[in-house]
Amino acid sequence: MKTDILVDTRGMACPMPIVKAKKALDGLVSGQLMEVWSTDKGSLNDFQAWVRQTKHELVKHEEENGVYKFLVKKS
Amino acid sequence: MKDQTTIVLFSGELDKAIAAFIIANGAAAYDHEVTIFFTFWGLNTLRKDDAVKTKKGLLEKAFGWMMPRGAKKLGLSKMNFGGLGPQMIKHVMKKHNALSLPQLIELAQEQGVKLVACTMTMDLLGLQQEELIDGLEYAGVAAYLGDASNGKVNLFI
Repeated sequence: MKTDILVDTRGMACPMPIVKAKKALDGLVSGQLMEVWSTDKGSLNDFQAWVRQTKHELVKHEEENGVYKFLVKKS
Repeated sequence: MKDQTTIVLFSGELDKAIAAFIIANGAAAYDHEVTIFFTFWGLNTLRKDDAVKTKKGLLEKAFGWMMPRGAKKLGLSKMNFGGLGPQMIKHVMKKHNALSLPQLIELAQEQGVKLVACTMTMDLLGLQQEELIDGLEYAGVAAYLGDASNGKVNLFI
């Protein structure tokens, strides 16, 4: 799937992954896709909660060698 | 209307201030309108690093000397070890790529978090507006309650 923006927060600690993701998502229009990479171990729960509350859609998430990858569709 | 988060930062310790600012920045990323209301010892977080010349009485001056001047000078609520604790925590935070308190404050201001200094306790502690960082609002309990009444998250730290 083609993403519109990639947000690489690898190595960053809480709360930077969602702060960076929020900033990037603000620059997108409805329906566009954002991919976020994070190495913060809490980020799976963080992103699930954040996407639910902010009414966006978590299209896909996976973990690969300690890197969490999230695909978020802007509502 | 946006959801609101309000935090009262009453405490003047580094660890508590960091917790408050991480929650505030997270809430801003949640697209909440965020207010931190600084009262009593929490006000010391907002002091400028350098001394500012002001007209004060002796007691007020003494308060100024005894309290930490700014976010870089705060002690820890546990394991302070006479100032060694904060150095240790800052070292560990750097190692883990966590933002420092001054960076968290800057990020909060950049994200539009409203920082409100309580004017009544400023008077009690002898702190004047010129001694605090720029970009603050000055208000009292009614302004805080106005925000908190709409708040989904209200914390006292």
